[in-house]
Amino acid sequence: MIVFKIQKKLQSASGEMLLNLDFEIKENEFVTLYGSSGSGKTTTLRILSGLSEADKGIITINNETWLDTDKKIQLPPQKRKIAYVFQDYALFPNMSVRENLSYALEKGQDKTIIEELLTLMELEQLQHQKPAQLSGGQKQRVALARALVRQPDILLLDEPLSAVDHEMRVKLQDYIIQVHRKYKLTTILVSHDIAEIYKMSDKVIVLENGKISKQGTPEQVFSSRLVSGKFQFVGEILKIEKENFIYIVVVLIGNNVVKIIAMEEEIRDLNIGNKVLIASKAFNPIITKID
Amino acid sequence: MIDFEPIYLTLKLAFCTTIILLVLSLPLGYWLAYSKLKSKVIVEAIVSLPLVLPPSVLGFYLLLAFSPENAFGKFLDQYFDIRLVFTFPGLVIASVLYSLPFMVQPIQNGFKSLSKSLMEASLLLGKSKTETLLKVLIPNIKKAILTGIVLTFAHTIGEFGVVLMVGGSIPSETKVVSIAIYDEVQAMNYHNANVYAGILFAFAFVVLLCVYSINHRFSQTNPLQ
Repeated sequence: MIVFKIQKKLQSASGEMLLNLDFEIKENEFVTLYGSSGSGKTTTLRILSGLSEADKGIITINNETWLDTDKKIQLPPQKRKIAYVFQDYALFPNMSVRENLSYALEKGQDKTIIEELLTLMELEQLQHQKPAQLSGGQKQRVALARALVRQPDILLLDEPLSAVDHEMRVKLQDYIIQVHRKYKLTTILVSHDIAEIYKMSDKVIVLENGKISKQGTPEQVFSSRLVSGKFQFVGEILKIEKENFIYIVVVLIGNNVVKIIAMEEEIRDLNIGNKVLIASKAFNPIITKID
Repeated sequence: MIDFEPIYLTLKLAFCTTIILLVLSLPLGYWLAYSKLKSKVIVEAIVSLPLVLPPSVLGFYLLLAFSPENAFGKFLDQYFDIRLVFTFPGLVIASVLYSLPFMVQPIQNGFKSLSKSLMEASLLLGKSKTETLLKVLIPNIKKAILTGIVLTFAHTIGEFGVVLMVGGSIPSETKVVSIAIYDEVQAMNYHNANVYAGILFAFAFVVLLCVYSINHRFSQTNPLQ
């Protein structure tokens, strides 16, 4: 269980902002921090990992105190056992893939974890390459593998998927879900992508100007009303075509293009580029705007 | 007949200066690149002073400081029996101060050019700052370190004003090539002056040639730098 109660003054483009957060995350939960840029998502991860300091607050992990400003307790980043995947991957350019992973080993730690992670992330073929020779998606997998070498309980992902193309993104999401389950991690992901959030998270925390504006399951947060559908997918509207009395809405779900029939009143507030939720109740698909 | 002693002395001075500066500048450059202290601008300004000060000014003050007539020189003389005026060790100290920015600045810029997340990633992998410095940061600024080494070495060889003030022109002790050229011209021995000057000229060219070709190769094999 992560208990996170902190305050920190931030300087943003629009002036001073107070980051004031209070949330709890259960063990093995997959939580996404969602919000516009500058809302404090990355800072939250940095404070949790000890890279940035909070002005005031408490962080406890399973009853172990990492931060308590009143008692002047502040564990340095080295002592917080956290896997952190940076937005720019932060692979060490002077080391090969294997060396990047081995560097992370603790003194006396069993080296078999290296082989295990290289296999799991399908990096064996690349293990002797230097980071400069890898593609974005490959670097991403190395960064994830390296972060997991010390076998931490908590995984923090700072928009790791923003720089790779759609297909790679979907594949990497699967890798992340796989390690989250296999190593029983508590994972916090920073993401802007609603489809990704639906696919991966148990819980979403929405940040606005440094405060939590909403939290709950992705359905609770992103659907204006609860839909009790059998199937639910999130997609993006590519095209809206009129055909006689009905409309055909072309939606990109994952990498599939799907056509949905909708009536005039249903498409009234839909535009090309909108993120939508497609739910199917037995035979009748329902289409609802979600942002 | 040409005396090769000044050439040997020049190389010895440049070598000693470069080694000492390398050892000093790695921690100093690291500190200047990462410290959040506001007072570091003062240190930055002091390090860069030799770039703008006439060498004779620096040499003059060092001469005063090293002189056994004055406090610092007297202290060294009395307690350690060390004389720095008109001696080779004095010349090395003067050169170290004079070439300081040529080593510190490339190293400081090298550290600054590295993504901050490299250091943070290493800390989050449980590594100490020293281990991070030695295994992650320094290996990734090799090019900057090489630039610092070559610039310092070449700059020390070309030194004249500071050497003249602090060292004078004592054969086998402080008479380096640049001083030797001056002496030979004063004595109207243009032939000897020409030989010394030619050697320095060729040396400077070869050094720069090496730097540029090594830099080209580095940037081809490692596009991250």
